[in-house]
Amino acid sequence: MTDAPLLDVENLWVKFRTRTGVFDAVRGISFTLGKERLGIVGESGSGKSMTGRAVLRLIRPPGFIEADRLNVHGEDILSLPEKGMRKLRGGRVSMIMQDPKFSLNPVMTVGQQLVEALRAHENVSRSQAHKRALEVLDEVAIRDPQRVIDLYPHEVSGGMGQRIMIAMMLLPNPEILIADEPTSALDVSVQLQVLDIIDKLVRDRGMGLMFISHDLNLVAKFCDRIVIMYAGRIVETCKASELRNAQHPYTLGLLNSVPDLERPRDHLEVLKRDPAWRDAPSVSARQ
Amino acid sequence: MADQNVNQTGGRLRPPVPIWVRKSLATSATVAFTILGLLFVTFMIGRVMPIDPVLAVIGERATQAQYEQTFRDLGLDQPLLVQFWIYVTDVLKGDFGTSIRTGQEVTTDIARVFPATLELATLGTLFGVVLGVPLGVIAAVRQGSWIDQLARFVGLIGYSMPIFWLGLVGLLIFYGILGWVAGPGRLGIFYQGIVEPITGLILVDSALRGEWAVFRNAFSHIILPASLLGYYSLAYISRMTRSFMLEQLGSEYVTTARVKGLSEWQVVWGHAFRNIRIQLVTVIALAYANLLEGSVLTEIIFAWPGLGQYITTSLLANDMNSVLGGTIVIGTIFVGINIFSDLLYRFLDPRSK
Repeated sequence: MTDAPLLDVENLWVKFRTRTGVFDAVRGISFTLGKERLGIVGESGSGKSMTGRAVLRLIRPPGFIEADRLNVHGEDILSLPEKGMRKLRGGRVSMIMQDPKFSLNPVMTVGQQLVEALRAHENVSRSQAHKRALEVLDEVAIRDPQRVIDLYPHEVSGGMGQRIMIAMMLLPNPEILIADEPTSALDVSVQLQVLDIIDKLVRDRGMGLMFISHDLNLVAKFCDRIVIMYAGRIVETCKASELRNAQHPYTLGLLNSVPDLERPRDHLEVLKRDPAWRDAPSVSARQ
Repeated sequence: MADQNVNQTGGRLRPPVPIWVRKSLATSATVAFTILGLLFVTFMIGRVMPIDPVLAVIGERATQAQYEQTFRDLGLDQPLLVQFWIYVTDVLKGDFGTSIRTGQEVTTDIARVFPATLELATLGTLFGVVLGVPLGVIAAVRQGSWIDQLARFVGLIGYSMPIFWLGLVGLLIFYGILGWVAGPGRLGIFYQGIVEPITGLILVDSALRGEWAVFRNAFSHIILPASLLGYYSLAYISRMTRSFMLEQLGSEYVTTARVKGLSEWQVVWGHAFRNIRIQLVTVIALAYANLLEGSVLTEIIFAWPGLGQYITTSLLANDMNSVLGGTIVIGTIFVGINIFSDLLYRFLDPRSK
């Protein structure tokens, strides 16, 4: 074990070759992730999801990534061959996606998908894996694991589907969890429930969490540290508790355009984007 | 009626009939209706064709009295609905009438020619599936690579080359010049009549009876036309497989599978392919049904005594009983294959239960 951060990213670029040239989705961002909850906030197209996928090297052609450094627990993964990446994916770094309706395989039972996730990383028998799957379903507060494990994804609700997704991704005990908008496809009533489960598991297991969201308030409440992305760059980073003292006009604009129940206003601000933000250098979110 | 369904103790409604009973009843009703429609259409074809059925039976030099006698014997003086009823009951009894051209029962004729088509179509579809599905999958996975280009080229030729031309060129090269395969027909002249038919499929029969020389000869006869038909279904099947796979490979659950750290093989075959099996069943069933119709051109070029050739020859000889009988058989096969693929659908897709 080293003292290196769980995740260390320096000057990461995500580029896409298109007919009209190379499009940069993420433009030279740097950040680290320790055993903390790091929120990555930004609007659609700001590159936040691409950042999450780039960490797993899941950008498919014509996209590709470049970086000065991309380390997981001190190990350089940029030069890792595909076989080593497969060990890392799911085993040490895992990801929860937005909508369980699409992210679970519709023609496989919950149990088959859970067992497969574990057996990709641990040499356990099918029956042992089945037992572990039942346990992890219990951990994500699913009431009747024996019944749920034989269901197909279309037979479970959205909230339950997302808890199954969490269970599946945590089964091989990863160190880092990337949650890409894990609650935006869910009903408001189950959002908090799912967040609580993520929070509890991440805390109990001492994992690092990269929480990608467009919901600034949610991230402020849920995370320790926040990174604000705009047009593929990090424009501001701060502790979640200090978000109110944010400096960057984009962050302020975002904060001002959110209604507040306690202090009602006559009209909400409309975000005015300054073209200069796009070209400003990226702020480093390394610690 | 309703209170019969009320459970005495709980007072809750019980479903009157189990779901699977209702489903199979619905399926049977659909099938019966489709077959009735098929019979109606073939019956009407027989009536509107500019062929006088009486003349076809008695010939042109019969007297007026003979003509009228036969006209009544055939039931042509009856109202159309009555004629249709007679036709339906006869067909349901398995009586398609007598072929004027061969002088035999149409059912006997079809029992003779259909196995030839079945053998050819099955082998052709087998080629198409065994080569076409993997080709389509690989083309989708390696989109834009040389193998994708190859798949597209193969598909393009399959779509644009007339089969009679490829058939003739194939015969010229592999039979005429290279001599790798046997020529037209199902069996060489020295091998005919050796194997007593069991199923009518020469490959199966000769294997069952252990006549391996006959088997080899039959195989060298069938290989060229079967590959040719197989090539056309390969073109279709691989193109459909490719586009189905592309759709699935872009979906979120495939990313999930990658995130789990599965190998590319598991992602492609264990996840994406598992989801296209359902659509693929329909495509393959249609391709098979298409070949079972009897590919007239192929059967004529290769002198293959199959259903397509039988119907065409009968049509040219004004032998309507045979044509209608053959049409009904083809229609029934189509309906049968569709039911089968529906059943398989329910089995493969958990969402349809």
